[in-house]
Order: sequence, then structure tokens, then C-alpha cells
Amino acid sequence: MDSLFPRLEPLLPRVTKPVQYVGGELNSVIKPWGDDAATVRWALMYPDAYEVGLPNQGVQILYEVLNGQHDTLAERTYAVWPDLEALMREHAVPQFTVDAHRPVGAFDLLGVSFSTELGYTNLLTALDLAGIPLHSRDRDTSHPIVVAGGHAAFNPEPIAEFVDAAVLGDGEQIVTAITDVVRGWKREGRPGGRDEVLARLAAGGGVYVPRFYDAAYASDGRLATVTANRPGVPARVHKHTVADLDAWPYPAKPLVPLAETVHERYSVEIFRGCTRGCRFCQAGMITRPVRERSITTVGAMVDAGLKASGLAEVGLLSLSSADHSEIGEIATDLADRYEGTNTSLSLPSTRVDAFNVTLANELARNGRRSGLTFAPEGGSERMRKVINKMVTEDDLIQTVATAYANGWRHVKLYFMCGLPTETDSDVLQIAELAKEVIRTGREAAGRRDIRCTVSIGGFVPKPHTPFQWAGQLDHASTDARLFTLRDELRRDRNYAKAIGLRYHDGRPGIVEGLLSRGDRRIGAVIERAWRDGARFDGWSEHFSFEQWMEAADRALAGTGVDVDWYTTRERTHDEVLPWDHLDSGLDKQWLWDDWQDALDAASGEAVDDVEDCRWNACYFCGVCPSLSSSIEIGPTGRRLLPLEPVR
Amino acid sequence: MNRAAPHPQRPIVQRLRMRYAKRGRMRFASVRDFQRSLERALRRAEVPMAFSQGFSPHPKISYVPAVQTGVASEAEYVEIALQDRRDPAEVRAALDEALPDGLDVVAVVEASGASLGERLSGSTAASRWQISFTSLGSEVVASAVEALLARDTLLVPRTTKSGRTELDLRAALVDAHVHDEPVNGSSCAILHMVVRHGTPSVRPDDVLAGLRDVAGLAPPLPPVATRLAQGPLEEETGTVLDPLS
Repeated sequence: MDSLFPRLEPLLPRVTKPVQYVGGELNSVIKPWGDDAATVRWALMYPDAYEVGLPNQGVQILYEVLNGQHDTLAERTYAVWPDLEALMREHAVPQFTVDAHRPVGAFDLLGVSFSTELGYTNLLTALDLAGIPLHSRDRDTSHPIVVAGGHAAFNPEPIAEFVDAAVLGDGEQIVTAITDVVRGWKREGRPGGRDEVLARLAAGGGVYVPRFYDAAYASDGRLATVTANRPGVPARVHKHTVADLDAWPYPAKPLVPLAETVHERYSVEIFRGCTRGCRFCQAGMITRPVRERSITTVGAMVDAGLKASGLAEVGLLSLSSADHSEIGEIATDLADRYEGTNTSLSLPSTRVDAFNVTLANELARNGRRSGLTFAPEGGSERMRKVINKMVTEDDLIQTVATAYANGWRHVKLYFMCGLPTETDSDVLQIAELAKEVIRTGREAAGRRDIRCTVSIGGFVPKPHTPFQWAGQLDHASTDARLFTLRDELRRDRNYAKAIGLRYHDGRPGIVEGLLSRGDRRIGAVIERAWRDGARFDGWSEHFSFEQWMEAADRALAGTGVDVDWYTTRERTHDEVLPWDHLDSGLDKQWLWDDWQDALDAASGEAVDDVEDCRWNACYFCGVCPSLSSSIEIGPTGRRLLPLEPVR
Repeated sequence: MNRAAPHPQRPIVQRLRMRYAKRGRMRFASVRDFQRSLERALRRAEVPMAFSQGFSPHPKISYVPAVQTGVASEAEYVEIALQDRRDPAEVRAALDEALPDGLDVVAVVEASGASLGERLSGSTAASRWQISFTSLGSEVVASAVEALLARDTLLVPRTTKSGRTELDLRAALVDAHVHDEPVNGSSCAILHMVVRHGTPSVRPDDVLAGLRDVAGLAPPLPPVATRLAQGPLEEETGTVLDPLS
């Protein structure tokens, strides 16, 4: 397969940041195109700009897993910016991979990782540039099989027309299984065409093929049924869970780009999943159960990853890194090992307790104590009860005071706006909290030049969470509440300069909400918006709310439903949800009961907290029994050897 | 107050000067892209870099002005400070191995005498350039170059940090000539030139702008510029000398 680079090269001097399109990253792999019948070729796409997509862990892991297999090759492709898109159209250069600059349309599979729904229009651009028909039904055996994965794939119904298949959960094992099915079908001479290979993929219940299911709607516009339309296709499709994270120590050879990207560090996932039970958190719900990577594997990965990359920063990633059963030992041992090497260590510090400050102190032992981040999420005690975030105001103030007393100058606090049952006064409490943080912090630090940044985002209800039935707050109300908070923070001169506020307006959240909880009728909205020019919807300079609303008006005309129906409407218990046939392992009745507990807590009833099942009794969310999986945590009791790193 | 004192950095015991090339697709790397890659390569190659003191130590690397994004080069230079002594030849091989293909380390020598900045900046230094016009024959390019050389002065605009200024392109042009080279079976015009440095220096895109101004030269495909050498200018012969010697 010839490289497209000679055709791309003359266009590059005319676009911004051309280096993002040339490939050649350290640890990238170019394998021979191989024998057509025996080789399975994956193009892996992260549907956003290179600077966001390259550091993505999911893509890097699958890239390494697939390229480690015989007769399998994987290359990467990213969304091209509109300047290059226009030139590619003018000069008929198709969507290319950055590794060997092969045309995406020539691969057997196009795997797309959706961290967010706002990448959907970028998928359409890539398909169109690749010469792949936008709709699954219009493709033939010459076109790649388009497979969606990532968190947004837990409700792929809005993109059901555009993808051939979707996979839920961990990708490490299922990509190989898909590869084997495709290889078998190719070797046999592609019998039965595209439907046959998709049927083989769907048969096991581990790959969702939307076109093998029909959706029917009731006269009131609600979804009535989603049923299989073909024999041999299971009624429900289940998510995938990797059991032993130590057996999958990827990325082992992280891709190191030339271009600047959003994360310039070697990231190690220290555990997957979270059972804290925050009701808004889709990631925490759909990645259960918790599976830890052992301290020794983490240590070995950090050592090898730094040597393979030359990176100077390590991130210890997970949904709540301070919760690893041996995080204290990991932090101390890594800080010991890399002392004096100018290597910095970080963990996303969001848990609100003193232990988190101790950990942060340890990791920043040799460096500057600049900023610490905590996520109370809700401004009032009542709100935190509703979302099951078990942090009292005293906890928060004490923790933050400890941080300032330990020399941290700047604390960031994360909140959400628009949570179920929220009122203006809940959000205004954020201002009171922030002022109290500064007041106590000044006393604890003995100086006035400390800062606190309040970062607040609009809440978007997500599938497979207890809040999947909730009505989303409309954007005008979100904005009004944020402005009230802003004015309140500015009012008090004693604090106005010490407290910063970061927020986004509520309109992108409405589009995200529409795409998150949409059904198949939303596909037409996405296509309309894309045809009208929607691209890079996660970027404020490219996002157009008006374009999306206009597209929704036109595409949903005659259906009896509209944007409000999908976003601000609260759902009832008996409603069929578009993702009910997609099994995340969570028991729908448990989710509903938890939602009712949230509403009870909101009205002041005494409701038991959902305590983390790692240290408390099982609360029967349903994941472990339905997926035959179980919590895998330490402690292992082992420590890291004092390796001799480069100085 | 309980702030850990920053780790003291060890002193500099050796300085190495390096010549590197930016070839092929790597010419699209920006100056900052190269700097990040170099720092990572130094770590991978286990070169004992020296660091600045303070709360956020950074490697002690001295850069001189590099070619712009999209321009290739055979002759870019940096100076690296080390906290342990190393054999320059071994550093060259290890760094070359650790950098991506296309960012190639050509030579490493121990620093001595005048600084790289003194040897490479100002009007006593110059660069030798080559610009390939993949889609044009030598006659059309040569006549444009003649028209340019016939001028006494030719000002080209430049925006710098301190605002808009104008550079005299003609005055900086020490020598220019054109010949043909076969590329992919067809003939391709190559412009060779020696351009005196300045503050700021005239760049290949300034020359292309000048050729457009004086002769309407408008290549259908973007020409590819390559810096072949830079160093002190020997005025009598117009030769660009090796700054590492």
C-alpha cells in the first residue's frame, strides 16, 4: 500500500502545526502491509485533534496490543483541522494514518475511541475523507468495518447508522478476538459479505452490531422496544472486563510525539474502576469492579516507560488514585527512587482528606508545591448528600487548611452546576465555601498571598448512572446560576482577588446531553449538523450551538420529540432507555433505587450513604455477579526496589 | 511553614557543542518541538545534563536561532552543559540513536573559544542555502534571481516581537546562482545562495517573497529550502566556515 505522504507533503507548508501530520513518533511502529488474506489491519482513530488524541491511553494500549500480534498491524489516525480538511478535499487526498500514511479506507477495521460524544462529527469527517460511506448499510466488503469503543460507546444509539459495531468496556482482549474473527472470514474468501462477518462478531454477545436490532417507538414518542432482527443475535450485549491488570502492562513503550500535546508525561493506570458510588459519575459506574495494578508492576512500568520515552514526568492515573491500597508505599518508593533526578511525579488529587495532602507532599518532595486539586463537586451539604459525595464542610476546610499549612500556595476546587434538585442557594454556597477556604487558609499559612480557584462545569446526566433518569438543567438557568455565583465571588473585596472562577456556559452541555442520552433518531441530527459544518464540537472556537439547534429542529421535525424532550425531561421508571439492551453489569433496579435515595436525600429524609464496597459490605450494584468479575485489590505487602536511575 | 528546600544541582563540568540536521518530514518540527525532543533524547541516551537551580530546574542547553518550521537543515547547532564528563563521539552516537529518524546528530565536539552565539550571529556570519523548485525549470528561476541581483536594495517586511521592520534582502545576499538537477525523471531548478546573518536574519521565505516581488516568480508547488551550512563568513571568498573548528 503506497504512502500518501508525497501527496500530503506539498499541503503541509500551508497548514497550522504541520508536524502533527507527519508521524515518526518515538516508539511508533510501521509493519509491512502483508499478505491480503492473512493480515488483519486496524486503523485506530481518536476523533479529536492530534494534540488531544495522541496521549490517549486507550488508543496507545490497543496500538501496542495489536502490533504485538503476528499478521496484525495497527496504525493511528486523528481528526484533521479544518485548514487541512479543505486542502485534502481540494487535492483529493484521503484520510491517512500518521504512521505509514496509508489510506484509512484500505484497512480492514477502523476502531474509533470515543471518550466524549463531542467527537461524533469528527468521525463523519474522517469517514467522508476516507471515502467510506457514512452509513453502515451503504458499505460493502471493500470498506473497513467501523467499530466504536470508549465510554461514549455505552450508548452508541445516536451513531448507530454510522458505525458497524460497538464494543463496551476494556478493549485489551476483545480487539484480539475481533481480529481473529475477521482473519478467519478473510481467509475463507469473505463468504457472505459484510453481513456474515458482522454476524460472526455479534454471535457471542460481546460485539454490538446496531443494524441487527430494530428500534420501535410508541405514539408518545418514547422508545417502545429494541429487538434483534436476525437469528443468532443475542438480546443483550455485555461489556468486557479485563481481570488481571498486571497481565496487561500497557503502554509499555509510550508514544512520544514531536508535537506539543495536552499531556507531556508517562501515565500509568494504577487501577481501573471506582466503587465510591458518586451518582453523577458515568466513568465510576461503567468501569466496575475495581482492579488494582500491583505496586511492583506499577514500579516496573514507570522504570521501563521513562527509559523508553525520556519523559520527565510520571502521572499515576485512575478515577481516584489516593484509593489504591498501597498508594502510600507507591508514592514513597517512587519519590525515593527518583530523588535528585529532576523527574516529577503527580497524581490527580481529587479526594478530599488529609491523607491526600500527605501523598501530594511526598510526590512533590523535591519540587515546587504549586497547586492541589480537590473535588467536592457539590457546594452545599445537601447537594453532596444527593450525589453521594461524602465530604462534610469541616472535612473540606480542614483538608485545605492542611494543604496551605504545608506550603501549597494554590488550591483548585471542582464543582458541578445543574445537579438534580439543585437551587440557586446550593450554588451560592460554593462562594461561602471558597471564602471560608481562603480565610482558614490565610490563618494556617500565616500569609495572605494564597489562592483558590473554583472550577465549575454544567452537569450532564449520563447513561448507566443513577442520574440517567434526571432532567438536565436548561442552559439559560445554568448560565444564570453561574453568573449569580460569579457576582457573589466578586462582591467581597477581602476575597475577590484570592478566589478565581473558571466556568463554561451551559450551551455545549445541552448538545452533549442530547448526544449522551439520545436514541437512533439523533443520528439524523448529527448528520445534519455535520453537513452544516459542525466540527470539533469540544472546542469553543469551533462549536456552534445555533447550528446544532437548527439541525435538531430540522432533523427531528415530525417525530414529536425535540431537544428539550431528550435533555431537560425527567424519565419515568417504566421508560425503555435507548441503552437498556447494552449490559454494563449494573442492575437497572439498583440504579433506580439509588436515584430514589438521591431524591429522598434531597428532600431531607435520612438516607444511608452508599459506602465504598472495597472496605464495606456489597451494596448489590449487580456488576460482579452478572459479569463474573470481582474486586481485585491489595495490599500485596511488597515494596519497590531502590533502582539506580539516571542522574 | 514546612517547605522542602529544593534539591541542589551539581555543577557544570563539561560543555558539548552539537551540530544536527533536520531532514525530510522532520523539517515540519518547530523550534519548540525540537527542544522538547532533544531534552527527552538526552534522558533516553543517559547524557548527564546539568540543570538550573531552583524550584523548577530545567536542563542547561543553549540554543542559537534555528530554521523556521518547514525548512530543512544540515547545519543547526546547540550547546549542552553536563554535570559529568562524557566522550563527545559516544554522546553523538547515543543522542542520534535516541532522536527520531530525520533529527540526526552530525557532530559533537567539546566547547572551546568563542561562543556559538558569537560565531553564528551578526553580520560576520552567514548561511549557505539551497532552495529546490520541484515544479520549475532553471531558466525561469535564474532570470528571477538575475532581476533580484540587479537591484541595489530590496526591502522585505518582517514582523518581530518589537513590531514591524524591514530587512534589506539584497544587501544580505552574498552570492546566488541557479542550476538544474534531475528529480523523479524531470528537471528541477535549484537555487544556491549565501546569505549574511543579521538581527533578524533574512530567511528563505524572504528570498521567495523577493523573487515574487521583482519577477513575479510564483511556484505552483511550495519550494523546499534547506540550510546546508552556517558559520563565520570568509569575506574574500564568500566561504561559510565551520563553527565547530
